[in-house]
Order: sequence, then C-alpha cells, then structure tokens
Amino acid sequence: MKLKVLYFAGIREKVGTGAEELELPAGVATVQGVRSHLRERGGAWAEALAEGKLLRMAVNQEMVRGATSVKAGDEVAFFPPVTGG
Amino acid sequence: MRISVQQEDFDLGAEVKAIARGNAKIGAVASFIGLVRDVNDGAKVGAMTLEHYPGMTEKALERILAEARGRWEILDCTIIHRYGELKPTDQIVLVVVASGHRGDAFAACEFLMDYLKTKAPFWKKEQTPQGGRWVPSRDSDDEAAERWN
Repeated sequence: MKLKVLYFAGIREKVGTGAEELELPAGVATVQGVRSHLRERGGAWAEALAEGKLLRMAVNQEMVRGATSVKAGDEVAFFPPVTGG
Repeated sequence: MRISVQQEDFDLGAEVKAIARGNAKIGAVASFIGLVRDVNDGAKVGAMTLEHYPGMTEKALERILAEARGRWEILDCTIIHRYGELKPTDQIVLVVVASGHRGDAFAACEFLMDYLKTKAPFWKKEQTPQGGRWVPSRDSDDEAAERWN
C-alpha cells in the first residue's frame, strides 16, 4: 500500500526531504512499523528516526502513538517535539 | 472565533476592537503576545525561522480552542500564530479571549498558550553566531500544559 510521508524541522533537514510517496512492504501496519521500515534505509534515516529518539508522529494530521495503524492513502508525519508559541 | 496562521504581523488593538465591537455581553478581554528574544540559552539570537505543518496546525489550534470552550465561558477568541522569518522584538503569537468576566478570560488565555506550546506543530530555528539550531522542547512547557489536567 501507498502512503504519503512528511518530515518536519530537524528531521526534515537530516533526511534531506520534506515529503515522499512511500510504498509499504506487506506486513507493515502501524506508524511504528513505518518508522522501523524507514530506519532500514540506514545512514541519516537510521539516525533521525532512531528508536530512542524523542519524536512525534501524526496520522492524517492528528498526533498519535506508535501502535496506531495505517492504511493506504494515509498521510503520516514525523517531527520533533513542538516548540511554537 | 478566529484562527489564523500567517506570515504577516498583527495588531493587538485592532484585534481587540474587532472582538469587543457589537457584543455587549463581553465584560472582559485578556490577551497574550509572544515575542522573539535576542538571547536564548546563553546564545545571541540574530533571527528565527518558524516552520509549521500546514493543515495540521489549523486543526490543532481549532481542537485546543474547542477544549478551552468546554472549560470556560468564551464569548469570542482570536488566535494568530506567525511563521517564516522573524527577528528579535518581532511578534510571534497572539491570543485574545473575550468573556463575561475576567476569571474565565485570564484562565482560558493561559490555557490556550500552554496547550499551543505543546500541541500545535510549530518549530523554531534560531540563527546564532555559532550557526543555526533547532530550539529543543522544554520539560517546563509540558509541565505547564499538564497542570490543566
């Protein structure tokens, strides 16, 4: 299935892109799964999305926990804790 | 109720007037403005870039406002948050809350800021003499938001 994946702030800079269409392999069904899948690219990806790294995830523009499931066409986003205001 | 995510500056007086005009039930208006400082964590800040997540930002602010309206009497409210390039002394964020009485206006204004700082997808990048750096999130902001639970 295909997802739209967005990256913001420090994560966007580190991985060098702000958005991509991602074809998920069978068996990846959660946001956490997407994160692990992207980590397998290694290098900056492994670093920016590292397991211990404090980051926030959103599905269809709502902040979610890693166990949240994803479906075809979803917009998934990875970003650092927010610092507005 | 008005929520705006914009590059342009805003004018507190004009926003307060727009809120209070024509609604005689409003007895109190509380407001907050956040500004860019020229120093942070010991480093001189020459400029700041604010990034956000278009679409989610507006949704998050609407949700935060709905949450506040469930807790206090809010007769009207304006939230403006800027993004893009900003310099020290520039205005970043405005919250204006109108209510019947000051208690609700003060509390809702503080709540909206505390929630905005931890739930709205904005990120600050500061330019310092040592280069650019993303502002780290603060535990004190999480604690400020949690005390409303």
